[in-house]
Amino acid sequence: MKGILSGLRQLRQYPTAIIGLIVIVILMIVAIVTPIVLPYNQAVKMWRGGEAVWRYYPRNASPAWTNWFRSTDLAGTVIIDSAKGDVEPVIEPISADTREARFSFEFDFPYDTFPPEIILFSSAAYKDKQPFVELTWITPDGREIRAGEFSSGASTSVRFDQDTRLQRRLERETGIKGISVIKGLFDDPNKEGVQVLQGTYRLDATALLFEPESSLDLAFVSYGKVYGIAGTDHQRRDLTIALLWGTPIAMAFGLLAALLTTFTTMGIAAFGVWIGGWVDAVIQRITEVNSIIPLLPILIMVGTLYSRSVWLMLGLVILLSIFGLGIKNYRAIFLQVKESPYIDAARAYGASDMRIIFRYLIPRILPLVIPAIVILVPSYVFLEASLAVLGLGDPFVPTWGKLINDANTQGALFSGYYYWILQPAALLMIAGLAFAMVGFALDRVFNPRLREL
Amino acid sequence: MSDVNAEISAVDHITNDQALLQIKDLHVWYELKRFGFGHAGYVRAVDNVRFVLEQGEAIACVGESGCGKSSLMKTILGLNIPTKGDVIFDNTSLSQTKGEDLRRYRSKIGYIQQDPFGALPPFMNVQSILEEPMIINGIKDKQERRRRIEKILEEVKLTPIEQVLPKFPHMLSGGQQQRVVIARAMIMEPKLLVADEPVSMLDASVRVEILRLLRKLQEEHHLAVLYITHDLSTVRYFSEYIFVMYAGQIVEFARMEDLLDNPKHPYTLALLEASSDPNADNALVQREIPKGEPPSLVNPPKGCRFHPRCPYMMEGICDVLEPPNIEVTPKHLVACWLYDEEKGHAI
Ligand SMILES: Nc1ncnc2c1ncn2[C@@H]1O[C@H](COP(=O)(O)OP(=O)(O)O)[C@@H](O)[C@H]1O
Ligand SMILES: [Mg+2]
Repeated sequence: MKGILSGLRQLRQYPTAIIGLIVIVILMIVAIVTPIVLPYNQAVKMWRGGEAVWRYYPRNASPAWTNWFRSTDLAGTVIIDSAKGDVEPVIEPISADTREARFSFEFDFPYDTFPPEIILFSSAAYKDKQPFVELTWITPDGREIRAGEFSSGASTSVRFDQDTRLQRRLERETGIKGISVIKGLFDDPNKEGVQVLQGTYRLDATALLFEPESSLDLAFVSYGKVYGIAGTDHQRRDLTIALLWGTPIAMAFGLLAALLTTFTTMGIAAFGVWIGGWVDAVIQRITEVNSIIPLLPILIMVGTLYSRSVWLMLGLVILLSIFGLGIKNYRAIFLQVKESPYIDAARAYGASDMRIIFRYLIPRILPLVIPAIVILVPSYVFLEASLAVLGLGDPFVPTWGKLINDANTQGALFSGYYYWILQPAALLMIAGLAFAMVGFALDRVFNPRLREL
Repeated sequence: MSDVNAEISAVDHITNDQALLQIKDLHVWYELKRFGFGHAGYVRAVDNVRFVLEQGEAIACVGESGCGKSSLMKTILGLNIPTKGDVIFDNTSLSQTKGEDLRRYRSKIGYIQQDPFGALPPFMNVQSILEEPMIINGIKDKQERRRRIEKILEEVKLTPIEQVLPKFPHMLSGGQQQRVVIARAMIMEPKLLVADEPVSMLDASVRVEILRLLRKLQEEHHLAVLYITHDLSTVRYFSEYIFVMYAGQIVEFARMEDLLDNPKHPYTLALLEASSDPNADNALVQREIPKGEPPSLVNPPKGCRFHPRCPYMMEGICDVLEPPNIEVTPKHLVACWLYDEEKGHAI
């Protein structure tokens, strides 16, 4: 154990290993924190929630940071929800029963393109009389535009786009025939053609509540073309969730598969070598038969016919890799170690077979195995991603591979939604590189003969 | 063979039912396999060997490399199964012992190996190395383990203890490594110590120290010691008795001075000529062992196994008949036709 610790200390000589370690530590922190902040069940529910959960989010929006690289900034997303406390209505009684509630949705719009859509979501509680709402749009240069009125049901959404009267009003206002509502609302009247007027906009909603018990919540959403840290997909889902939750899945899959397959394989090889005879022969034959059973087709078969659970896949991978060709390598090493005089000595002072296998054979080759495990991690991370890309990803859990798969089936690359594929792909590559860099450095530390190569 | 048995049973150092260690007509044959399964004969590494060892006594076993010394010793330790014959140690018959009992049998004999670095697990520090035998043999009390470690390290002169315990084998010199091996062999307080060429891989400068240490331990603990070597020059420090092995068999058996001053077997003579003193400067001088190759143990020569290399070979006798054990002087046995009253002629 001390040898292993001092080996880890030697890693400091390799800058690539330090970078790799830092990346791994960050990934680990993300992998640990994500399930705490957003528990598994909640994440699965959100990811599978569909439009009901995601209706305030824009569809296929790029990450917000992509604007840094653009000359004309794409419209950002504005969500102001009174139910979340983003705005407080000012309430004034008008008569015994009737109250007036004034909502004021104010937001900055410093972008160069128009938002694709603006919706006001309204949810009211009432007995007989629906609350009545009047809307006024106030532009940065102080123009006030009547933006329609409606009676709110339990759940009403007001699509500005579909208001033909507003459209005609805006045609008059801007003097441009056939202008769409949204362009009309954001147009700069002092500039030629249709151009965005940047600045602080406000939508005032004045609601009349006719019953003492009734209540009203309004949510104003100006859908953007960019959203958040990671953007959204075709179902308006925030990709951050999948990118974050992909981390623990990838780490768990990669690490568990690498650790469990390596240690069981090593244990079986040690057991076979030590017991010898027919036990060894049987292990050898199983290994040979198993080595011609292809892993991926079996996974695809099980995935298509039975279940695509990521945990089932993990179990299968481990099961099919236990008798992998690694056994042959370990066996060759153990056959040498077995002849060491210290093994004879241990037998002479009465060590049992199990003790010899676990305390004397296996520790001898740990230095060889630790780098191998670390190098093995990415290949299992990639395997999980490959399965997902092939459409065999877990149907519930959002993972990096599934993002790529979704993007692919939605033709993301043809539609120019590069972020959708590049973000999970970059994470996969970064994770793979980090483990590879640390693994190769560990190999040099623990197996010094490589240093000369 | 049966006629020979009758002869030697008279000598108490060949058979003695009371002795701590009794080697009875021991055969250790390794099966040779063809293509991994077909039978292709035996390596007769130990072929009909018998002697006894009393409590508190040391005995040396000398012979060329490959004559079966390690095989004999590993069988005594219970690491090999006797093909024929038996080893009786402390009233336990090895051939009757199996499983747990065999492990217990093994743990009662201390084992000192040739290559001290190889004999120590490289991933354990001295403390773990010394604790292992005690943990395995059920000494659960930490204080007791600590007490034993302190005592034995004191005895093998590995001090200061606190500095030695955390060290790994590669941090120790060859001599220190061998002291750890000796300490480990002694930690279960065995009655018998088996030392397989314990100094042959050490620097000439520390050989005598290690041999003196072994001798001291033997005397203080009243140990029985089987000391194996291919180098006659180191035996004088040690034992009361000595036997010479050749091709899996004992060719001469005598008291130490008797054998060194008055060797009888032509092979012993040749070995003595070739030996050097352990603390002399000529340790590097190549030791000439009799001309020719040691014989094949798969097909040993007919008659006396030494006859192809023997300068005194008598045709028609030595190459036909196996020599009997002849007691030339009291307690001095030699397996050589030269000393036969009818057939032989003295050298
Ligand atoms: N496990 C084994 N299997 C087959 N042959 C062996 C085995 N161990 C030793 N031998 C053979 O037995 C003979 C005696 O070996 P050994 O007892 O090690 O001699 P020594 O210790 O005197 O050098 C040698 O020819 C060796 O090759
Ligand atoms: Mg040997």
